[in-house]
Amino acid sequence: MALLEATGVTGGYGGADILSDLNLTLSAEEIVVIVGPNGAGKSTFMKAVFGLVTIRQGSIAFDGRDITNMKPETVVTRGVCYVPQERNVFPSMSVEENLEMGAFIRKDDWRPQMQRIYDLFPRLAERKRQPVGQMSGGERQMVAMGRALMLEPKLLLLDEPTAGLSPKFIDETFRQVKRVNEFGVGILMVEQNAKQALAIADRGYVFANGQNRFDDTGAGLLANKEIAEMFLGG
Amino acid sequence: MTDLLQLVIYGIVTGSILALGAIGVSLVFSILRFAHFAHGDLMTIGAYGGLIGVSLAGLSPLASIPIAVALAVVVALAAEYLLYRPLRTGSHTVILLISSFGLALILRSAVQLIAGPAPMVYRSGIQLPMRFGDIIIRPDHFWIIGGTIAIIIALHLFLTYTKFGKAMRAMADNMDLARISGIPAYRMIMLTWVIAAALAAVAGVFLGMDTRLHPVMGWRLLLPVFAAAILGGIGRPYGAIVGGFVIGISMEVSTMFIDPGYKHAVAFALLVLMLIVRPTGLFKGASI
Amino acid sequence: MELSGLAGYLVFFLSTVSIYAILALGLNVQWGMTGQINIGIAGFFAVGAYTSAILTSAPNIEHVGGYALPFLIGVVAAIIVSSLIALLIGAITVNLRSDYLAIATIGIAEIIRFVFQNEDWLSHGVRGIADIPRPFYDGHGSGYVFLAVALVSVALTYFLVERARQAPWGRVLRAIRDNEDATEAAGKDVRRFRLQAFVFGSALMGFAGALYAHFIGFISPDAFEPVFATFIVWAMLIAGGSGNNKGAILGAIVVWLVWSGTETLVARLPAEFATQASSARVLLVGVLLEIVLLTRPQGILPEQQPKLIARKKK
Repeated sequence: MALLEATGVTGGYGGADILSDLNLTLSAEEIVVIVGPNGAGKSTFMKAVFGLVTIRQGSIAFDGRDITNMKPETVVTRGVCYVPQERNVFPSMSVEENLEMGAFIRKDDWRPQMQRIYDLFPRLAERKRQPVGQMSGGERQMVAMGRALMLEPKLLLLDEPTAGLSPKFIDETFRQVKRVNEFGVGILMVEQNAKQALAIADRGYVFANGQNRFDDTGAGLLANKEIAEMFLGG
Repeated sequence: MTDLLQLVIYGIVTGSILALGAIGVSLVFSILRFAHFAHGDLMTIGAYGGLIGVSLAGLSPLASIPIAVALAVVVALAAEYLLYRPLRTGSHTVILLISSFGLALILRSAVQLIAGPAPMVYRSGIQLPMRFGDIIIRPDHFWIIGGTIAIIIALHLFLTYTKFGKAMRAMADNMDLARISGIPAYRMIMLTWVIAAALAAVAGVFLGMDTRLHPVMGWRLLLPVFAAAILGGIGRPYGAIVGGFVIGISMEVSTMFIDPGYKHAVAFALLVLMLIVRPTGLFKGASI
Repeated sequence: MELSGLAGYLVFFLSTVSIYAILALGLNVQWGMTGQINIGIAGFFAVGAYTSAILTSAPNIEHVGGYALPFLIGVVAAIIVSSLIALLIGAITVNLRSDYLAIATIGIAEIIRFVFQNEDWLSHGVRGIADIPRPFYDGHGSGYVFLAVALVSVALTYFLVERARQAPWGRVLRAIRDNEDATEAAGKDVRRFRLQAFVFGSALMGFAGALYAHFIGFISPDAFEPVFATFIVWAMLIAGGSGNNKGAILGAIVVWLVWSGTETLVARLPAEFATQASSARVLLVGVLLEIVLLTRPQGILPEQQPKLIARKKK
């Protein structure tokens, strides 16, 4: 059974629909990447999954239960965590406090999970007390992902995690995404660095103008000449 | 020299009161993104709430603080529930400012309606002052300064070490991300009002102990309170504390050189200077 | 008052409403059209009143002024001085969030009131300035002359403000209010437009102040408490319809009717409540303002604007 199943999703921010009749599925422990030109509705779709965009038609189910137009505060309790592209950390707070905020709704002991995140991102372990606002873009991205992982989600939504990073950090970020996935977390990721992202993806979707254009395995999309020319920059 | 020292002590007393008010203004601004114009009048409510305990139950002003706090918190939560929350959906935050200005007038006239326009005191007669050489300190001043320090420490511990305190800072830092993380925004907003109103109430009682009670007492203090909050970088509670003391001491010390009536002009001048030189405040507050 | 009965009351009512209507129109330029918050209306109102009073009243050895200059010179001076103060405040705050302007304006208003209260040499302190002449004719029946002056003033102000609103200038102001970034990107000097709007609005408030001084004939700092000169004007504009100049005038009429209506109402209360009566009236107007904000934020007459520009909501 699919972990995430979006059927005929149509909607947007109030006025005009940005998304029209989008379909997407993601099985447990899969990495699914959405690529496409600017304005294709990739990020908007992701926000729609998380309840930040109004869905007018269609539905989204997670883990067999309907989450269409559910509030973000509720979606998060179902095991979906979201890392926005920008403003995805609490800048005046320390690394440790950022992670702790990620665990805000947990009633059980989250210390072991925090330790796992430090193991995953050793660089963060070295700087637990440092305010995140003083850290580099790559380090902030780690904090952002770490915060989202504190709830031990079944699905992690990543909105352009490598945007604005240097090539070295881009590679590192993709490796970390892959490792997070190996812990059993499903990943839905929107990416501009389409080739690298598809290389680690199980499956990929190409969106254009708020609609589905193609979907295939990551390798399949990469091998498709037409797609490569149109969407992956040759 | 002793004159200066004496004025600095008065300045610390005034600064304590301003700091308590400015922390609340700053907290409200950082989380709700508007300048709360009814904050001075929440202080007035607190001061008169204290008077209930003093005159009806015969308590000391300090022992009446819980009554003052309860009254101000009820008023603030009622305002949140009846005015600010409905206005937050779909309006720009400046509408909240205007609504809070309206509330300021409502509160002030309600106090005047119930307690009358004449000034009142918590206790008549003169307190025996303590002398340290040529410096005179009233026992009340000790309570005001000590109480403020205790409250600031408690607030610091709350914001640094408790789950909800940290969540409040998270809300101030990045409201959207706080929501995404599952932090219950509405409960945090209520908590913000409880804390801000409680601090305002204590400030009001302290102000009543320092001088007299009057329906306009809080409104008159609104300008220096805002000046303190802006000086500290609006949205930064810690900055507001420093801002409160800087404004308070400047206001009192200025009376050595100019008509005491222009104390407020001093606060205003510092505010204007700050807006020109460094609008984000001494401690780089919320983006403008 | 030399007039009696209903005619007298009507003249008084219309004159007062005219002055408030000019204040509301001034605030409409700032808030309604540009989105600027001025909590210091009383300050500009007072500056206008005192400027004209000092220049036009008869000599008095106890304070400066008493130049016995003509009414028109007093009015022009009132407009100039209030504009200069607005220019100063505006220059400091135009770049900042409107919250800062709001805070700065209560500051300036409190200080202005304090100056007039304390500086005896300038304003005769709490004793105020008396015997300010009525415009043009100061004898029997001058109330009618004043009313004519007041009505002409409102008409002139309305004409000016409405022209400004419909002109490209007014459209830029609305554009700034609704989407500052986009307006800036379109190459408009947002700072300059904001400053112009703030000064224009404040100049009108100064003008209203001058009229007030010549209407009442006596001014003292008490008349410039924020309740009377700031709060009520806000209530008028919000109730009448922010952004709509007809609404500003209508709001002045309606709120003044409520305000003076409550006066007759509280006058019937037992004597022991008399001192508290005015606070009951403020309370009532405050509640009215909140109810309008909650239930009909666009006011009685909503703003009319081209359909294309949707008002940005946050």
